[in-house]
Amino acid sequence: MSGEDKILDELAGKKYKYGFVTDIELDTIPKGLNEDTIRFISAKKKEPKFMLDWRLNAYRNWLKMKEPTWANIHYPPIDYQDIVYYAAPKQRTKLNNLDELAPEIKATYDKLGIPLEEQMVLAGVAVDAVMDSVSVATTYKDKLSELGIIFSSMSDAIKDHPELIEKYLGSVVPQGDNYFAALNSAVFSDGSFIYIPKGVRSPMELSTYFRINAAFTGQFERTLIVADEGSYVSYLEGCTAPIRDENQLHAAVVELVAHDNAEIKYSTVQNWYPGDKEGKGGIYNFVTKRGICAGVNSKISWTQVETGSSITWKYPSVILKGENAIGEFYSVAMTNNYQQADTGTKMIHLGKNTKSRIVSKGISAGHSNNSYRGLVRVTKSADNVKNFSQCDSLLMGDKCGAHTFPYFEIKNNTATVEHEATTSKIKDEILFYCNQRGIPEEDAVALIVNGYAKEILNNLPMEFAVEAQKLLAVSLEGSVG
Amino acid sequence: MLTIKNLKANIENKEILKGINLQVNAGETYAIMGPNGSGKSTLASVLAGKEGYEVTSGEVIYEGENLLDLSPEDRARKGIFLAFQYPVEIPGVSITNFMKTSINEIRKYNGQEPMNAVDFLKLLKDKAALVELDTKMTKRFVNVGFSGGEKKRNEIFQLAMLDPKLSILDETDSGLDIDALKIVADGVNKLRNKSNAFIVITHYQRLLNYIVPDFVHVLHDGKIVRSGGKDLALHLEEYGYDWVKEENKKAVTS
Ligand SMILES: Nc1ncnc2c1ncn2[C@@H]1O[C@H](COP(=O)(O)OP(=O)(O)OP(=O)(O)O)[C@@H](O)[C@H]1O
Ligand SMILES: [Mg+2]
Repeated sequence: MSGEDKILDELAGKKYKYGFVTDIELDTIPKGLNEDTIRFISAKKKEPKFMLDWRLNAYRNWLKMKEPTWANIHYPPIDYQDIVYYAAPKQRTKLNNLDELAPEIKATYDKLGIPLEEQMVLAGVAVDAVMDSVSVATTYKDKLSELGIIFSSMSDAIKDHPELIEKYLGSVVPQGDNYFAALNSAVFSDGSFIYIPKGVRSPMELSTYFRINAAFTGQFERTLIVADEGSYVSYLEGCTAPIRDENQLHAAVVELVAHDNAEIKYSTVQNWYPGDKEGKGGIYNFVTKRGICAGVNSKISWTQVETGSSITWKYPSVILKGENAIGEFYSVAMTNNYQQADTGTKMIHLGKNTKSRIVSKGISAGHSNNSYRGLVRVTKSADNVKNFSQCDSLLMGDKCGAHTFPYFEIKNNTATVEHEATTSKIKDEILFYCNQRGIPEEDAVALIVNGYAKEILNNLPMEFAVEAQKLLAVSLEGSVG
Repeated sequence: MLTIKNLKANIENKEILKGINLQVNAGETYAIMGPNGSGKSTLASVLAGKEGYEVTSGEVIYEGENLLDLSPEDRARKGIFLAFQYPVEIPGVSITNFMKTSINEIRKYNGQEPMNAVDFLKLLKDKAALVELDTKMTKRFVNVGFSGGEKKRNEIFQLAMLDPKLSILDETDSGLDIDALKIVADGVNKLRNKSNAFIVITHYQRLLNYIVPDFVHVLHDGKIVRSGGKDLALHLEEYGYDWVKEENKKAVTS
């Protein structure tokens, strides 16, 4: 550290000493990001020292980094000093019942088939009106802890299981991995932590009730899932209901660790506010998701259905380290109006006999832009690797764009790598053909899109697949004709 | 059932239909013949409600209603079926799924419950047998990778499934081999009854040997220039369209 930096640091430290005590009483801090901000966040969360140091280290890394520009997305510059980095969970205005909800929101919930109890929670109806789902949740929690499964918020995990956090946090996505991951590491608000002990199969999708809560987590979410030897877990994040947020920038990090013979299935249904018809006001979603198949015969499978956000920058990846490990990526990314998505995956084959499978389905409508970006890397020592990639694009209308950028780096000639790509278009002729059989346009589009996305939707937990199916249809309403 | 009066229609400001008059009665079959580009498919498209056609004059009354006021899907739901000259491919949607959606949309329109799975599968099997379509085909995506003949047979299969009041077959015979032609024609004949009607667009007398029409109309340059019984088709087979064109020219210039 240079002399000047040291002085700055000390100054910062001083500010911390004097300015802090009163500040901590506040629920929010002013806009802007500096080391004080990070100290404030960490103190607010009563984090152990290692965590504060970790965050500060990430912040110092971030300062040296540059925002990436290689993705096929365009947005005005983000002013990182114009963001509030800590806000206590907001008290939402309470409604007494669902009738008080704006009719158009209620209509969307109904179209998506979201169960009533969940609608109430999403809408902010007072919790005592939602007894049913709450008690369901409690039953779940008891059952999980009996099996030794840890499923808690990241904040709680940092306090209750610091040894696990210290060991695994940043072990898959290092702090300096990329600009947004570094930022997240410095300022992350909360998220989920899951630990599945040796030999335990999680008896349920860690989702059904909990996804409601996930919808309210902040803009810098941090998730870590560790599956110990021979364990299995299926986790579902997100929500089909459209989620609005005043925070435009979202930069989440998700890390998965699968030990010997363990399997993690991670499903996402993401429907962040995409902005209005002109694309104004939508969420910028810059996510780093990566899993490591650390042990032999381990398996990580990403399934995502993305319909929201005005900008999506997201490449769920798998590092296939253990022999015979399997990595999978199943994705439907839909863009409409002026949405932009640059999404795909990376499969990094380090171990022998590792296999990966990539199925990506892009759907573009309106003036949107949808890019698939995928990397398959086979290192020298990875013998007998198999990869299969399928990248399909479906276009609706002629003002949208679809692009595929597949990259292959094969350093071992025993690898079998297959790549297929198709582009199809929902033409007026197809819609007329459907009309002529009594099927109106919107149902025709839903029929075609769901047929197209079926392989992906089939990978989602059952009740969620149905919702996701409706979500695709709802998101495309009015996009043709 | 259907009355077309002085129907004129444009595509991109070019007049294609130049005053069509046609009466269609239940229980009867009509053949429409005519040279390439004379407007046969255009007539079928206008009746089915395809976008891009501007009706400039005339009217079409179907079952007492002004057909041209209805959306394409409502026309279909009211019993108008078009077997396309060029059936399109629908990737990702199986024939079974497509037909299930279609039937249930029509039922919904008529205030009926969706058809139960058992009844649907039985119907599917019966109608596949009627046009000798391998039921395995119904699991495939609609028309994707089908041969020309398979596409046409699939159209008639769908017709059989939906049991429409008014069927318009646009060159269903082209692309079919002799055996398939007989099978498809047989299927259509079995579906003919007192309360439905067929308009069969074709270039070939051959089809009309199997599906025997009550009337034959010749379309030329957007107008019906000749009408007659099934013998008219035989005459056309022998002499071609030149004499019709000639007569028409005379009629226009005189
Ligand atoms: N979209 C279009 N734009 C411009 N002209 C069109 C369009 N569609 C059809 N036409 C023209 O309208 C005329 C009638 O076409 P139509 O397809 O109805 O003929 P047809 O009698 O069915 O012929 P065929 O026996 O070859 O099937 C043709 O001259 C054709 O080129
Ligand atoms: Mg034609």
